Amino acid sequence: MTQQEALQQYLLRLADSDMVLGQRLCELCGHAPALEEELALMNLGLDLIGQARNWYEYAAELEGKGNDADYLAFRRDAGEFRNLLLVEQPNGDYAMTMARQFFFDAWHYQTLQALVNSSDERIAQVAGKAIKEVTYHLRRSIEWMKRLGNGTEESHQRMEVAVEELWRFTGELIEADEVDLMMAEAGIGADPEAVKSAWKQMVTDVMTEATLTLQDENAWMHVGGKRGIHTEHLGFLLAEMQFLPRAYPDAVW
Amino acid sequence: MLSGKHPMDSLIASDRIPANASGERLSIEQLWQLLDEVKDPEVPAISVVELGVVRSIEWQDDTLHVCVTPTYSGCPATELIEQMIQSALEQAGLRQFQLETRLAPAWTTDWITPAGREKLREFGIAPPQGSASKLSLMGHSEIIECPHCGSQQTEQVSEFGSTACKALYRCRDCLEPFDYFKCI
Repeated sequence: MTQQEALQQYLLRLADSDMVLGQRLCELCGHAPALEEELALMNLGLDLIGQARNWYEYAAELEGKGNDADYLAFRRDAGEFRNLLLVEQPNGDYAMTMARQFFFDAWHYQTLQALVNSSDERIAQVAGKAIKEVTYHLRRSIEWMKRLGNGTEESHQRMEVAVEELWRFTGELIEADEVDLMMAEAGIGADPEAVKSAWKQMVTDVMTEATLTLQDENAWMHVGGKRGIHTEHLGFLLAEMQFLPRAYPDAVW
Repeated sequence: MLSGKHPMDSLIASDRIPANASGERLSIEQLWQLLDEVKDPEVPAISVVELGVVRSIEWQDDTLHVCVTPTYSGCPATELIEQMIQSALEQAGLRQFQLETRLAPAWTTDWITPAGREKLREFGIAPPQGSASKLSLMGHSEIIECPHCGSQQTEQVSEFGSTACKALYRCRDCLEPFDYFKCI
């Protein structure tokens, strides 16, 4: 793999994870448990889709095939998506939605913190913008972990179930592969070891404060999203997200 | 990047120099004033200049370069703002201009001008308090004053408001709800 190929993959991972989670959050439009939550989730989704566009635009330029951000988002199939498995998991109940958000936000925040200092100027610029938004996201999801974990017997129980259910998808966030290592080596990507220890620390601290059971670090983990091997959920999500641009290619309004 | 290509371009002599009504090229100062008339589509109380998204205006030979920094990555008004700037320039008779989007340095509420902050308050939106330090991002916010009655007895209702850039507050004295422009 050349450095250029690794960079392309790295950008698609960032973009696809933002895009897919943004789409998941948008599914809650009209269905959130409270008006304030709906506003928050839609704004989070909007931030993520905006960030995805910034990454896609760069990826499309590097690819040099004349594709644009829309093409990358709406014309690729599940096997070509490089998002984390965590973000394609269904919304479930609100504990599930917020636990997914927290695990992702904690990873996203640490990753963007590092990317702000990327040797690739464009990456540093996009990350510099995104980190401000993601700081808010993280603050909010931490609050929800604590609120549900420390809330009623039922909210605590539901959060325990959510954490247990999603934990098997978190390994992928912190396990480096060839692409991650090449990008870190080149000073372009985040240092996987630093992200890993900061993520673990944050998750441990928040879950402890939220009186939630800490999960086994060595548990068996589902991986593959970063290589295009997904859970069954992604295809359904893309079918909805991509329907219009695929049914009416190049439609404008 | 949007370019200022106009459908009429082919009918206009290519050596035409952008000019105002009296045939003179608009000065940079006049251009800042011109764009100060373009209102933020989501917060029409303030202009895109007061919001701090217009970063620079300069002539490079006969082409005007306008640089815009979007507020939030996903702000749906970004493209509309660019179109509105484009249309304001066209209406002023300019034909040769280029709009450029610049991401870095990232937009911050620190760039909202003092006049812009005052107009926000008059409009019923509490302007961002203090500057966008990491502390304010992590939620150590200062006291938010009610834009209606000036009371400092206010509380946050929702982290997010009607747009990504705002949070929803409520005044405990006059009991009115209001938007707060978040520090970023």
